[in-house]
Amino acid sequence: MSLTELTIADAAAGLRARKFSAVELVRAHTDAIAALNPRLNAYITTTSDAALQAAAHADEALTKDEAKPLTGIPLGIKDLFCTNGVRTTAASNILKNFIPPYESTVTANLLRDGAVFVGKTNLDEFAMGSANITSAFGPVENPWKRNGDDAALVPGGSSGGSAAAVAAGLAMGATGTDTGGSIRQPAAYCGIVGLKPTYGRCSRFGTIAYASSLDQAGPMARSVRDCAIMLQSMAGFDPRDSTSVNCDVPDYTAAVGRSLKGLKVGIPAEYRAEGLSAEIEAAWQQGIEWLKAAGCEIVDVSLPHTRYGLATYYIVAPAECSSNLARYDGLRFGERVPGDTLDAMYEATRRAGFGPEVRRRIMMGTYVLSAGYYDAYYLKAQKVRSLIRRDFTESFQKVDVLLTPTAPTPAFAQGEKTDDPVQMYLNDIFTVPASMAGMPAMSVPVGLGATGLPLGLQLIGRPFDEETLLAAGSALESAAGFTHRPAIRAEGAK
Amino acid sequence: MMESYCFMSLDPATVRRIARLARIGIDESDLPALQGELNGILGWVEQLNEVDVEGVTPMVGTGHAALRTRDDVVTDGNCRDAVLSNAPDAVGPFYTVPKVVE
Repeated sequence: MSLTELTIADAAAGLRARKFSAVELVRAHTDAIAALNPRLNAYITTTSDAALQAAAHADEALTKDEAKPLTGIPLGIKDLFCTNGVRTTAASNILKNFIPPYESTVTANLLRDGAVFVGKTNLDEFAMGSANITSAFGPVENPWKRNGDDAALVPGGSSGGSAAAVAAGLAMGATGTDTGGSIRQPAAYCGIVGLKPTYGRCSRFGTIAYASSLDQAGPMARSVRDCAIMLQSMAGFDPRDSTSVNCDVPDYTAAVGRSLKGLKVGIPAEYRAEGLSAEIEAAWQQGIEWLKAAGCEIVDVSLPHTRYGLATYYIVAPAECSSNLARYDGLRFGERVPGDTLDAMYEATRRAGFGPEVRRRIMMGTYVLSAGYYDAYYLKAQKVRSLIRRDFTESFQKVDVLLTPTAPTPAFAQGEKTDDPVQMYLNDIFTVPASMAGMPAMSVPVGLGATGLPLGLQLIGRPFDEETLLAAGSALESAAGFTHRPAIRAEGAK
Repeated sequence: MMESYCFMSLDPATVRRIARLARIGIDESDLPALQGELNGILGWVEQLNEVDVEGVTPMVGTGHAALRTRDDVVTDGNCRDAVLSNAPDAVGPFYTVPKVVE
């Protein structure tokens, strides 16, 4: 098997058994990036030379039997995580030359455990988007194709570059961040596994902020076990993030393959929403059957405020974004456009530095926070957010985990759904509620639809119970036997 | 009693005022499209008026983390050059700004 097709678990075992070296493993990936990134645009910045040097150090560690859990494993890093000395853009013109003088906690944790970073992956500008078409560095192409159709499809967003890179074999795994679905929806569109941990599980320190009460880092990889391995490294308490939660990090890989006997799985009626494609509804039904066969008890539940999740999100997230992005003032870092007065400089800098979707969300947030409208919009949304969380909390008194679709449709083509912002927002209808409530959730690929595109199912768990997600996710993974690979991939690309 | 208010469609003057508050420069030619998009989003979030939130406490965060204090000691600093390393127009150990006092 080609080195770019291995799972992280198998590659780590292969490195320890000296079947191949870390340099060989990393070079297979940097070669694949050189061959395919000009087309896929999954990476904004590649760090191949540094990666090969790190791989040589990894081989020394392996020789001395000093290997750590991720020694020699090539990973992509979403270009929203600050990496010391390596340009970090958030896919925005305003940060196009920003070189952080420090390392985010999540990437520092991965480096501590031996990971090798091959590059910074593309995303929607400041993680605001669902199709990776708002990047200032151009769109990402989904490596999957519809049957008999070469049209470029979107990889989903905002972690679209991470999803495309992992699907195509340009990284063994990648970091993502999820604010309203930005790990799970692109994972579903690209046929990989993506896990958004509980809010507070992974530190936000050094991750460029979009909506701070929602942003959460998580792993994206080609298997449930690989996500467990990555999360093990990424998670943990960090005193530099005031919302980081100080609780033990369990052994996540031990949960993979754990028996599901007696597990209660809730099926929320409200997710049978309008616009849910028939093939995804069928995949959902299949997932229910698989979990039943694995010993689960299926329970109908109701999350009545789910339908208000998106509208609530599009008040809360822009409000936080307008506040967070106020720091881009052209003074201390980032690009500056000169002006005669301080205000003229701010206005020119922020007009030139931000793309249309970011400008729209900042303005929307500014409006809902402004005097006279705060109570009607922002306070109201915070109250509805309480009700959304209450729905989940009440459901989790009856069931252990929820099973839903990840997205209402498979990947769509670049250029579709772009006229109306609200139509684009509807992609996140199934992922936003768990984000609003801070619950952990994971997308697992379970099959192909009629046009040959991957379909994902979402598992939502109790706070800090990522283990049940991994256990149920691995059961779905085994039952589905999803071994399909995208049309564009590293193997055989040369 | 349900909270209620009338959806007021944004007029061009209000869009201009929001842009000004957000310090985002806009051209007159941007106004019609922006106005349409913002009104589209605001019209859509009107659905929240259906929800009875009487007596509901607003959720300001997920509340998983306990507020904590730390020892009152210096933990960082002495990194002036790193702090200034991304300044767009630093002069010596200083940021620069346009003249703000005549």
